[in-house]
Amino acid sequence: MTETQSIVAGDRRALARGLTVVEAGGEEAAALLDALRARTGRGRRIGLTGPPGVGKSTLLAALVRLERAAGRRVGVVAVDPTSPFSGGALLGDRHRMAVEAADEGVFLRSLATRGEPGGLARAAPDALDLLDAAGFDTLFLETVGVGQTEIEVASTADSVAVVLSPESGDAVQAMKAGLLEIADVLCVNKSDREGAAAFAGDLEAMLELRTGGGEGAWVPPVVRTDARVGAEPLRDALERHFVWLSDEGRLAGRRRRGVIARLSGQVARRVARRLLDRSSAILAREADAICRGERSVLRGVARAAAEILP
Amino acid sequence: MRSGPIRVLVAKPGLDGHDRGAKVVAQSLRDAGMEVIYTGLRQTPEQIVKAALEEDVDAVGLSIHSGAHMTLFARVKRLLDEAGLGHVLLTGGGIIPDADRETLRAAGVGELFGPGTPTAALADYLRSEVARRRACAEDGGAPPTG
Repeated sequence: MTETQSIVAGDRRALARGLTVVEAGGEEAAALLDALRARTGRGRRIGLTGPPGVGKSTLLAALVRLERAAGRRVGVVAVDPTSPFSGGALLGDRHRMAVEAADEGVFLRSLATRGEPGGLARAAPDALDLLDAAGFDTLFLETVGVGQTEIEVASTADSVAVVLSPESGDAVQAMKAGLLEIADVLCVNKSDREGAAAFAGDLEAMLELRTGGGEGAWVPPVVRTDARVGAEPLRDALERHFVWLSDEGRLAGRRRRGVIARLSGQVARRVARRLLDRSSAILAREADAICRGERSVLRGVARAAAEILP
Repeated sequence: MRSGPIRVLVAKPGLDGHDRGAKVVAQSLRDAGMEVIYTGLRQTPEQIVKAALEEDVDAVGLSIHSGAHMTLFARVKRLLDEAGLGHVLLTGGGIIPDADRETLRAAGVGELFGPGTPTAALADYLRSEVARRRACAEDGGAPPTG
C-alpha cells in the first residue's frame, strides 16, 4: 500500500507522518497533497481564533465533545507560537484537551508557527487538507488571533468563530485588531464574568454599524458561552452559518475565495523571495547611498523596486 | 532524512502531582530549540502513546516521582512498539534507582535522568540520540536500542 492509500484507509500513523511531510513543505508535500486533492473538500472547516487567555482551547474541547456526541469524527490542528529567540515551541493544547484528545474519534495535531514568514499560512491549511482527505467530518483550526498571519489562516475556514472574553477590553480594541472583520460568529466566553452582557451588547452595536451586505447577507451573531459548562450556543450559531453557506452555492464561492487567498499569499512570498535573492547588489547599492545621506529610504525603495521589476 | 526541529512529547503519567520537573524540562527543551508537546498531569500510557503517534514525535519524555516507573516505562515502551513507534526514543526522569535504570535500559528505554541533572545535558542527549535515530530510519535499519 502506498502512503496515500494508507492515509485514505485510516492508518493514523501514516496520517501523522504525512502531516510532518506537509508541515515541512516542498516537493514531497506537494506530491502527497496532489494525490489526495480529489478527496479534499468533504469535511467542514471551522476556524477558532482570538487573543490569548480567552479560553479558546477549553471552548474547542467543548465543541469537540459536541461533535463527537453527534457521531462525527473530528480533526484538530492547534497552532502555538514558535519562540523567535530559540526556534523552539511549547505546544500546550493537548494539556487543555486531555480527555477529548484521548478519544479514538479525534485526531489532534499541534503545529508551531516556526520562523519563516508565511510558513504557517501555508502549512496550517495544508494540514487541514490532509485531515480532510483522511476522512474526518469536522475540522477545527485553532490559532491565537494576534498577528496578521494567524488571522489570515483562520479566514481560510468555512466558518470563523472569533472568541473574546469580557477581559478582552472594549469592542474598539477588538475592532482595532482586525478580528471583527473575519468573524462569522462572535463568541464572548467566560460569560459568568462581570461585564459579559455589556461587552456582548457593545459588540452587537459595533456590528450593526458595519454597512454593506444587502439582501440575504450573513449578519455575524454574538453568542455568550461559559466553556466550562459547554459550547452549545457557539455550536448552534456555527451550524446556522453553515446552513446559510450551503445555500445558493455560497460554500463553493467561499472556498474558492479561500483558495485564491492561499494562492496569492504564497505566490507573492515565493516570487518576492526569488526576486530579492537575485537583487542583493541593487539593495546594497541603495543602502550605501542612503547611509551616505544621498537619498531617503522611501526613495531607495522606489528606485530598487523599479529596477528589479521595471 | 527527516529534518526540521526535534519534536518531543513531555508527559506525566500516573497519579503523583509533582509536575514542576516536567514543566522545567519542557521549557528548557523549548529554549534549546525543540518543539515540545506538553500533555500535563495524570496521563495514561494509552493517552501518551496516542499523542506520540498523532504528533509524530522523535522522543517521549516521562516524568515519574511516584515509584511506579518500572510499570509505567515498560507499559509505554510496549504500547509504542505495538503502535509501530519502536523508533521513538523513550526517555525521562524522576526518582529512579540505578538498578532499575539498568533494567529499563535493557528493555529498550533510553537514558533516565535524576534530580540535579543540568538541563543542558538533557538537550544534548536528545540532540545526539535523535540525530542517530533519524539517520537509522533513513538506512531502513532495525529500530535502534537506547
